[in-house]
Amino acid sequence: MPLRITIPSDFVAGREAQKRILDEVIRAGFNSRDTFAIKLSLEEALVNAIKHGNRHDKKKMVHVSASITAKKCEISVEDEGLGFVRKCVPDPTADENIDKCSGRGILLMESYMDEVKWTKNGRRVKLVKNNVEGG
Amino acid sequence: MAETSNLLKVTQEKDVKVVEFTNNKIIDEANISEIEQILVALIDEKAQPKLLLDFATVDHLSSAALGMLININNRIKLKNGQLRLTNIKPQIYEVFVITQLNKLFKILPTRPAAAASFS
Repeated sequence: MPLRITIPSDFVAGREAQKRILDEVIRAGFNSRDTFAIKLSLEEALVNAIKHGNRHDKKKMVHVSASITAKKCEISVEDEGLGFVRKCVPDPTADENIDKCSGRGILLMESYMDEVKWTKNGRRVKLVKNNVEGG
Repeated sequence: MAETSNLLKVTQEKDVKVVEFTNNKIIDEANISEIEQILVALIDEKAQPKLLLDFATVDHLSSAALGMLININNRIKLKNGQLRLTNIKPQIYEVFVITQLNKLFKILPTRPAAAASFS
């Protein structure tokens, strides 16, 4: 059964949701490298949803679902904000952006996960990591 | 003499402020903000600040932490100071490589190498 967690736009609540999911990831047998990748990507997705999506509005919720097996970890994070267009986000590694303080969360998610898919006008992100050693 | 907070231990080695992270995660926004305030105060103390950040204990960081480090680097550059990063674990160094920040920051493998690299 997938894990479904709805939290307010609050980093403490985000941290608790993150811990529940990571406990499942470890229990499913993902190695430390993959667990690091999932932890980092989930952190970035939750921060994006709370900070950029819901803009810290505590009346708006973040909906998290996770389906974790020995072979695959699939996590969705959805906010109640205005969404965004992925291709309009500037490349943080470009020379003109390299010393700017923000914009690296999406790059990290897309680098560390096997699949990152934005839907609902950018309000929902699906993160997938395959466990090549699993099952 | 060492100055400590819950998050950082600061010591002076010659004219270099050496900062060790005392928490293994640089993730929480509140912690990142507190770390930034302490580092900014260290930069403001000197005309040409020299800062060495030792990541030996750090196992996790986030893009918000990278943003804070970039801000610190920019502030130091404005004062013609110098920033060095050292003892970054391979897993964390990969984050710097992915974001290409290994080209922006001067990263040295050991603390003696980092200390010797200040001009």
